[in-house]
Amino acid sequence: MQALTNKVEVVSRKPMTWWERMYLPAILKGMAITFSHIFKKNPTINYPEKTRPFSPVFRGLQILNRDEEGREKCTACGLCAVACPAEAITMEAAERQPGEEHLYKEEKYAAKYEINMLRCIFCGFCEEACPKDAVYLSETFAPSNFQRKGFIYGKDDLLIPHPVNEPEAFAKARGSRAKNPEGHGNEH
Amino acid sequence: MAEEIKNTAPQNLKVTIDNITIDVPAGTTILNAARMIGGEVAPPAMCYYTHLKDSGGKCRTCLVEVSKGSEKDPRPMPKLIASCRTTVMDGMEVKNITSDKVLDARKGVVEFLLINHPLDCPVCDQAGECDLQDLSYEHGAVQTRYEFARRTFEREDIGPYIQLHMTRCILCYRCTYVADQLTDNRFHGILDRGDKSEISTYISKAIENDFSGSMIDVCPVGALTDRTYRFKNRVWFLKPMDAHRDCDKCCGKVTIWNRGDEVYRVTARKDQWGEVQTLPDGKPAWICNTCRFEKKHTDDWVIEGATKIDRHSVISQGHYVGTIAAPDPLEKVLQGRKPHLLLDIHDESEVNTPQVHLSEIEGPAVGKTFNGDPHASGHNVTDVKIGAGPNEKGTDSTNPNTP
Repeated sequence: MQALTNKVEVVSRKPMTWWERMYLPAILKGMAITFSHIFKKNPTINYPEKTRPFSPVFRGLQILNRDEEGREKCTACGLCAVACPAEAITMEAAERQPGEEHLYKEEKYAAKYEINMLRCIFCGFCEEACPKDAVYLSETFAPSNFQRKGFIYGKDDLLIPHPVNEPEAFAKARGSRAKNPEGHGNEH
Repeated sequence: MAEEIKNTAPQNLKVTIDNITIDVPAGTTILNAARMIGGEVAPPAMCYYTHLKDSGGKCRTCLVEVSKGSEKDPRPMPKLIASCRTTVMDGMEVKNITSDKVLDARKGVVEFLLINHPLDCPVCDQAGECDLQDLSYEHGAVQTRYEFARRTFEREDIGPYIQLHMTRCILCYRCTYVADQLTDNRFHGILDRGDKSEISTYISKAIENDFSGSMIDVCPVGALTDRTYRFKNRVWFLKPMDAHRDCDKCCGKVTIWNRGDEVYRVTARKDQWGEVQTLPDGKPAWICNTCRFEKKHTDDWVIEGATKIDRHSVISQGHYVGTIAAPDPLEKVLQGRKPHLLLDIHDESEVNTPQVHLSEIEGPAVGKTFNGDPHASGHNVTDVKIGAGPNEKGTDSTNPNTP
């Protein structure tokens, strides 16, 4: 059969020499390579004690933002849902009633807001489409789960903690990127 | 004798718009001649409405340059003119998109229209089918230079079905022409002048005429909206379908906007210029309030098919027409056995729950609607206020501190 390329190498069927049949030199040679790695820099890290820094443009789990008074910013305009290429976002809008002004920033709000994390591809289009700065991709990723239904994220999963009532949790959820836009996200 | 006059009087006039020549009957306006050519040559119009007599000439978005008055008097017109109110002359040459002067003037007009217009498109129900959105997107500047407080008004209910957000109004007067020409008793008009002018009903009179809902269709912005549709969904998530029913008051030919099997709202059928379609007998296809507000079941309607939506419209986003779904492999793979685990999305998801029927509640949904009380509906705090007038504090309609 004619070879298609000139890279063909015919396998040598020559019997091994005595030196080769001893195997020891080959083993030593291999061990030398293995042990030389002891002195090299460790490429792995001890997760979860240590975490790798994310890229400054890392797009993680979505959060629904609140304003400085703790009111929900989302007004259920549906632009994130229409921009979503995976059709992961759904919502139900409701009218703000008298007495709810401290809860919702606008006249209309999202009574239900859901992101199906099984569908989400973390492209960040929702963040870009949002006219109210309400949805952000945070500096963490979706935790694993044993069941599919654990990936349907509702408003209680997505809303950022209240900035006045729970300032520490709010600061943690906001992450370090807001403070340090040049940084990679998790210097702490 | 009469026949002789008929033979001589109507004559076609030759008009050239953006270097495209067309023959039109005498008495045609430049705007309508441009619409006969179609496409980008047609100037945008915010106040002119074909089916409303005397409309037009107010918003100035249809300004065009006439570079040659007519064959007999070839001098150009000194200023830009409103094409919706100017009839063509024989041999007239008009520049619309080929004139920098026109484009610049239009940009200025859009900026003026947007001076007092609030940036509440995310809240507004008109978003997605708003003429002002399209206009400012195509002809407007990216940023506003206006730094002062915007004119604000109280939200007002005009009757049980129609809501007036005067803050969004651009004073095109179309709705007052509807009240004048379609309904027998004119109950609403424009009060005050200039910056203070506002559309209102005299003595808080609810408009009970059968065709009062048509003012929702003619409103180019979100100033007049359907209260039965308030906040229920965004137009681009709904499925528009042409449908009809036998109606003794109107033609009964409508577009229904469905989500699943629920009719969220009913509108008149619109043509490519965003105006109500003309029926084969030449009459405009206005629809009555019964069809618009009270027939919210798919069973009430005979569905003719999906409404054709322009591909560039946001309403056509995510509407997959003519797709062939792949066959469900589950049955074949499991050889007829039932799957042990299958996620029913309604078990977990709280959106689109089968218990909530938004088409059945009369007003906007509230938080309770989705949390245990599916029939709860929002009540309007500012139910018909007399002479509430300009809202100087800039509060919104659900704020209890509003006067």
